[in-house]
Amino acid sequence: MNLLAFNLPLVALIPFLGAPIAAWAARFNRLASAWVAGIVTFLSLLILMPVVHIPFDNDTLIQSWSWLPALGLDFAFRLDGLSLLFSFLILLIGLLVILYARYYLSPQDSMGRFFAYMLMFMGSMLGIVLSENLIQLVIFWELTSLTSFLLISYWQYSQDARDGARMALTITGAGGLAMLAGVLMIGNIVGSFNLTDVLASGDLIRQNEHYLTVLVLILLGVFTKSAQFPFHFWLPHAMAAPTPVSAYLHSATMVKAGIFVLARLFPVLSGTEAWGWLVGGAGMITMVLGAYTALFKHDLKGLLAYSTISHLGLITLLFGFSTKLAAVAAIFHIINHATFKASLFMVAGIIDHECGTRDMRKVNGLLKYMPHTAVLAMIAASAMAGVPLLNGFLSKEMFFQQSLVATDHHPLSWAIPIIVTFGAVFSVAYSLRFIHDVFFNGEPQGLTKTPHEPPRFMRIPVDILVLLCLGVGMVPVLIVAPILTVAVAASLQGVPPDYSLAIWHGFNLPLLMSSIALVFGAIVYFYREKLFRWHDENLPRVDAKTLFNRVTHGLLVLSGKISRLFDRGSLQNAISWVLLSGVAATLYGFLQFDSPLFGDRTLLDANLLTMVQVGILIVASILTAVMHHKRLVALIIIGVIGLIVSLGFVKFSAPDLALTQLSVEVVTIVLLLLALFFLPQHSPQERSHKRLTRDLVLSVSAGVTVMLLAMAVMTRDYSSISGFFLENSKPGGGGTNVVNVILVDFRGFDTLGEIVVLALAGLGIFALLENLRLPAPLRDIDGREWSHDPHPPIMQTLTRLLFPLMLMVAVFIFMRGHNLPGGGFIAGLIAAVALISQYLANGIAWTNARIKVDMHKVIAIGLTAAFVTGFAAMFLSYPFLTTTFTYLKWPIVGKFEIASAMIFDLGVFLVVVGATVLILVELGKLSHASHSLAQQEKK
Amino acid sequence: MEWLVAIAIGVMTSCGVYLVLRARTFPLVLGLTLISYAVNVFLFVMGRLQIGEAAIISADTTKYTDPLPQALVLTAIVIAFGMTAFLIVLALKARSELGNDHVDGMSYVAEEQEKKTAVGDSK
Repeated sequence: MNLLAFNLPLVALIPFLGAPIAAWAARFNRLASAWVAGIVTFLSLLILMPVVHIPFDNDTLIQSWSWLPALGLDFAFRLDGLSLLFSFLILLIGLLVILYARYYLSPQDSMGRFFAYMLMFMGSMLGIVLSENLIQLVIFWELTSLTSFLLISYWQYSQDARDGARMALTITGAGGLAMLAGVLMIGNIVGSFNLTDVLASGDLIRQNEHYLTVLVLILLGVFTKSAQFPFHFWLPHAMAAPTPVSAYLHSATMVKAGIFVLARLFPVLSGTEAWGWLVGGAGMITMVLGAYTALFKHDLKGLLAYSTISHLGLITLLFGFSTKLAAVAAIFHIINHATFKASLFMVAGIIDHECGTRDMRKVNGLLKYMPHTAVLAMIAASAMAGVPLLNGFLSKEMFFQQSLVATDHHPLSWAIPIIVTFGAVFSVAYSLRFIHDVFFNGEPQGLTKTPHEPPRFMRIPVDILVLLCLGVGMVPVLIVAPILTVAVAASLQGVPPDYSLAIWHGFNLPLLMSSIALVFGAIVYFYREKLFRWHDENLPRVDAKTLFNRVTHGLLVLSGKISRLFDRGSLQNAISWVLLSGVAATLYGFLQFDSPLFGDRTLLDANLLTMVQVGILIVASILTAVMHHKRLVALIIIGVIGLIVSLGFVKFSAPDLALTQLSVEVVTIVLLLLALFFLPQHSPQERSHKRLTRDLVLSVSAGVTVMLLAMAVMTRDYSSISGFFLENSKPGGGGTNVVNVILVDFRGFDTLGEIVVLALAGLGIFALLENLRLPAPLRDIDGREWSHDPHPPIMQTLTRLLFPLMLMVAVFIFMRGHNLPGGGFIAGLIAAVALISQYLANGIAWTNARIKVDMHKVIAIGLTAAFVTGFAAMFLSYPFLTTTFTYLKWPIVGKFEIASAMIFDLGVFLVVVGATVLILVELGKLSHASHSLAQQEKK
Repeated sequence: MEWLVAIAIGVMTSCGVYLVLRARTFPLVLGLTLISYAVNVFLFVMGRLQIGEAAIISADTTKYTDPLPQALVLTAIVIAFGMTAFLIVLALKARSELGNDHVDGMSYVAEEQEKKTAVGDSK
C-alpha cells in the first residue's frame, strides 16, 4: 500500500482521529493532551511533506475516490500552491498555538476538551483548503462553524462565551448554507463539482444568466465567515473565547476561510462589475469601519478584533480590484496578517495572564515589567501599522499601489486612494495605542498582581512569529517569494504577474501614502482624548448584539406563534389538523384529474347475506362510537366488527386473511379486557358541543373521502405484478399457497422486518410494565365485588383437555401453510391462544409451574432462525433469504415436501407466539399483583 | 357488492376517526383498532373483489385473485395487534404516572379549569 496515494485525505482526517485521543489522554495527565495535539499536528505536517514539491513543479496533485457516482460526486482532495500555503499556515501556526495554550490554560480548565476541539477545528480547516470537490469543501466549511462554536464557548460557564459562540454559529452557519446553494448552482452550470472543471469554466459561469445569484450566494458565505460588513459583528463577540483560540481562529484560520474561497474562486467569479462593487465595496467599508472602531476599544482583544476586521476588509478590497497584481498583494497580506496578528493575540493573552485584565486604561507602563514581551509586541504592532522593514509595510505598499491603478478607468477611482489612506491613518493610530498605552503611559492602575515576564516557552511562539515578521520584512525574496509565487499561480490559475518584493521602490505615491498614514496616525493618537470625547458624544451607539438578539428573539416568537396555531399542547387539536390536511389533500387530488370519479369495471352483484353482514357492521361501528363511554360494552361491540371483517375475507377469496383476523381478534379482545381492568370503566361525557360538531364533520368527511377513494379504485381495471408470483410460486418457491410463498419467500425480507417489529413491541411492553404498580378497583362498574373464584372448574377441565388438540391444530396449520391456507403467522397466533387460554383458565402460577418456557428466549430463537435462513443462503453465495426445497418420501406419510422457507416460517411462528404470550402474560401478572395489592389494602 | 364494501370502509373510518379525536386513552385505542380494520380492508380491496378464486395454485383453475395485497395485509394485521398492545400499555403507564387517562395527561382539576375558561371564551 502506497501511503502517497492517499496522504492528502490523511492530512485532513488525522486531526479528527487525534481529537478523541487527546481528550482521552487528559484523564491520565493534563499535559499529555497537549503533547498528543502537538504530535498529531506534527504528524499531519509530516504526511504532507513528501508532496510539498509538487506545487513548486507547477503541478497540481489530485487524489480522488468515487463517492456518489450517480450524482457525479467524488471524494477528492487537491494540492496546489494555494492549498499548500494555507495548509502551512494552519499547521505551523497551529503548532505554535498548541505550545502557547499549554501554558495559557489554567489548572481548572479541561485540557483534553480544549485540545480535542482544537484538533477537530484544525482538521476541518485543512479539509476546506485541500478539497477538490466543492460540496466536500462546504461540508468542511460547516464543520469549522461547528467546531469554532465549541472553541468559542469553551468557557461554558460564561454567559458572554455562550452568547458569542451562538452568534458566531448562527451567522457563519447561515452563510455556509447560502454558500452551499451557490455551490450547487455552480455545479449545475458547469456539470461538475470538481474544482478542476469549475476553475476551467470561468467564462461559462460569468456569462450564465444566474451569475449574479451565484455570486451573491457565494459572497454571503465568504462575508459571514470573514466578518465583512454588515456581518462583521460576530467577531468581536467571539473574543469571549480563550486567547489561544482567538489567536488561531482570527489570524490564520477561521476568518481566512472566507478569504481562501475568494482566492480559490477568483478566476471563476472575478472581473465583472458586480464583483467589483460587491467585493470591493464590502471590503472598503469593512476596512475603514474596522480601523476606526478599533481605536476606541479599551479592551486589548477588542482592539485586535476590530483590527482583524479591518485587515480582512483590506484583503477583500484587494480581491475586489480584480487585477492579478492585486491578487498577489492580497495573498501576500494574508501571510503577513497571519503572522503579526497571531503574535499580537498571544501578547494580549500574556498580558491578560500576567495582569488579570486587558483594559488599556489600567494596563500601562509594562515595559519595565516585561521588557522582552514589550519588544516583541512593539515589532508586531509596527508591522500591523505598516512601518518599513517589517512585513506589513511591504504588502501595504502593494495595496496602496493597487488602490491607485486598479480602477483608473472608473469615474470614482480618485476617491479610492483617499479612503484607503484614511483607513491606514486609523490603522497606525490604533497600533500606536497598542504600543504606547500598554507599555508606556505611566504606571499600571489598580492591578491585583505585579506583572512579570511569562514562562519562557509561552513566549517562544511569539518569538518565532515576530522573527518571521522581521525576516519577511527585510529579505522577502528569500523567505516568502517561492511560496507566494506558487500560491498566486494557483489562485489565478495561470502565470503569476511580474511583481517586485523590493523594500525600496524610490520616492513614489505609495510611499507618500505610507508616510501620510504614519504622520497623521501619530497626530490622531496624540489628540485621542478629544477624539474619544467627540466620538462618545456625537456618534450614535449601534449595538449589533442587541439588534441580533432582537431579530433572533423575534424569529423564535414568530415560529412559536405559527406552531401554536396548530399545536396548543393538545393531542386532539394536533390530530384534527393532521386529519384535516389528509382529507384536504385527498380531495384536492380528486380535483386534479378530469376523468370521471368512478370507472366502468363490471361490478359484482350484491346478495342479501352480504347486505345483512354490512348492515351489522355499520350498526356495530356506529354503536362503538356512540357507546364508547361504556367501555366494556364498546369493547364487546368492536369484537363483532372484527368477526364480520374476517367473514368478509372468507367471502372475497382470502382464507389466510380470515384465519389471521380471527385469531388476532381473540388475542386483541383479551388484551383490551385485561387493560380495561386498570382504566376507568367510563369516559366522562364531553360537554363542548362545538368540539363534538367539529369532530363529527371531520370524521364524516374522512369516511366519505376514504369511501370514494376505495370506490374509485374498485371500479377500475388494473394490471398487477402478481402474475409473476402466481407463475413462480410452485416452480420457484415450491408452494401452492401463493400468499404464504410471498410472505416467506418472494418478500421474505419484508416479513423479517415485520417480525422484528413485533418482537420489539413485545420487549418494549415488557419494559414498560416492569415495576408498574396500578391498584385494582375493588368493585366493578355496578358496585359488585370481584369474584374470588377466578378459575371455574368446568373451564379448567375443558381447556386442559383441549390444550393438546389446540396445539395439534397449530402444528397442522403450520405444516400445511406452504400449500394451503395457514402458515407461521396464523399457527403462531393459534398456539398463543392455546397457551393464553391455559393462563386464563388455570391462573398464572399454575400455568407457569407447568410451562417452563421463557418467552424472551422463544422470541430470540425465532429471530435467530429467521436470520440464519437468510444468511445460510448467503453462505452458499446466493442472495440473502434465497430458499430451496426438495421432496422426501417417508413411509406412511408418503411424498413430503421440505423447504428451507419452512425454517424461516418457523422463526415467524416462534416470534409471534413469544411476543403475543409475553405481552398478555405480563399484563395478566400485573392484574394478579394488583389483586393481591388490593386485598392487602382491604385487610 | 363494491358499494357495500366501500360503505363499510367509510363507516369504519368515520367511527374510527371520531373515536381517535376523543379525549381519553381507551376510546383512542378503540378508534385506532377501527381504523386498522378500515385500512386493512382498504388495502385488501386494492386487489379488487373476487369470489371463490383463492390464490391456491391448482390444476383445475387458471383464475386467481391477486395474492400480493393479501400478503401485505396479513402482516399488517399482526403488526396492528402489536401496535394496539403497545398503545394500551402506554395508556396504562400514563395512567400510573399521571394519575389520569386524559390523552394530554392533564389532571382533572386543570381540565375542569380549562373547560371553565373555554366556556368563558365562548361567551
